[in-house]
Amino acid sequence: MADKARFMELITGYMDALYTAAMRMTGNASDAEDLVQEAILRAYRGFHTFQEDTNLRAWLFRILTNTYISNYRSAKRHPETTGMDNIEDLYLYKRLKRGGLLGQGRSAEEEVLDSFTDVEIKEAIEGLPESFRIAVLLSDVEGFSYAEIAEITGVPIGTVMSRIYRGRKVIQKVLHSYALERGLVDGPSSDKPTLDVHTPDQSADELESSYRDGQLDNISDGVSDLPDGSSDNISDGSLGKKVKCS
Amino acid sequence: MTDNTSKNMRGPEIVGCREAMAKLYSFLDGDLTEQRREAVQRHLDECSPCVQAYDFEAELKKVLAARCKDSVPGYLKERIYNALRSEEQKSQPL
Ligand SMILES: [Zn+2]
Repeated sequence: MADKARFMELITGYMDALYTAAMRMTGNASDAEDLVQEAILRAYRGFHTFQEDTNLRAWLFRILTNTYISNYRSAKRHPETTGMDNIEDLYLYKRLKRGGLLGQGRSAEEEVLDSFTDVEIKEAIEGLPESFRIAVLLSDVEGFSYAEIAEITGVPIGTVMSRIYRGRKVIQKVLHSYALERGLVDGPSSDKPTLDVHTPDQSADELESSYRDGQLDNISDGVSDLPDGSSDNISDGSLGKKVKCS
Repeated sequence: MTDNTSKNMRGPEIVGCREAMAKLYSFLDGDLTEQRREAVQRHLDECSPCVQAYDFEAELKKVLAARCKDSVPGYLKERIYNALRSEEQKSQPL
């Protein structure tokens, strides 16, 4: 039973992170509370199978993610994915107002990034289709590596990358709309040449395809297939190192 | 541990703008090998348009991480510890 006492001690340090993830997954506090509690109880019961030299944090998040998928996902948490793929790379960055003087010598970058509220950031993440939301959450918010996210969600690493990249584009577009209301960025159809100095003739499509070189061009819509990933036929090639978290 | 045993030893890798942009997220997410990372870094040291884009995306990543954190409410912590304690009792032999 010594390891049970140890579990009580260890879990304290992960509760905020688990709760944050549960909030973004479920989108509401009461489900998030139940989800965290259930995941922690599951982890407690399975703690004897956990190997001390592996990654406890990833193990806990895997249990949380599985618990969410099996018990808490709901139909209304599957927003539309149409239009997701027509978003340019660096969508927000390319629409920053350039060159003008902004108050107090602040750059356009700072001005825009500082303008986003916690609520807006949370909404932008929570608005993503489920599998994208989980991938972005685990990467940007929880700081897991691609390989760890692949382990946690049980999908190939190429799929993980694709979901993160596509999810980020949607977030940028949403954030752009907030910044646009505040007059801090240029409109959607920005065709200013200034930023493309280094890639003058390169279209977004080309950039897109260079992202995909060799590893990401085989991707299914990847949206409703989180549990088994069976329609995500991507080899994980030579990306990343294997991480044990089981 | 390095994995360059299987690689041919070539001169230092040269990364252009296009490749730098394609590697942006792998770089920021810490997914590049040391060698790759250094090659991209060498490009960034000399290319201000690329480094500006990198900086913005890096800052945005930080903003996403920083502005969507929640703390477990006290009553939930209490509830969880209680549930864990009663779980522990359940598993004790009678
Ligand atoms: Zn460049």
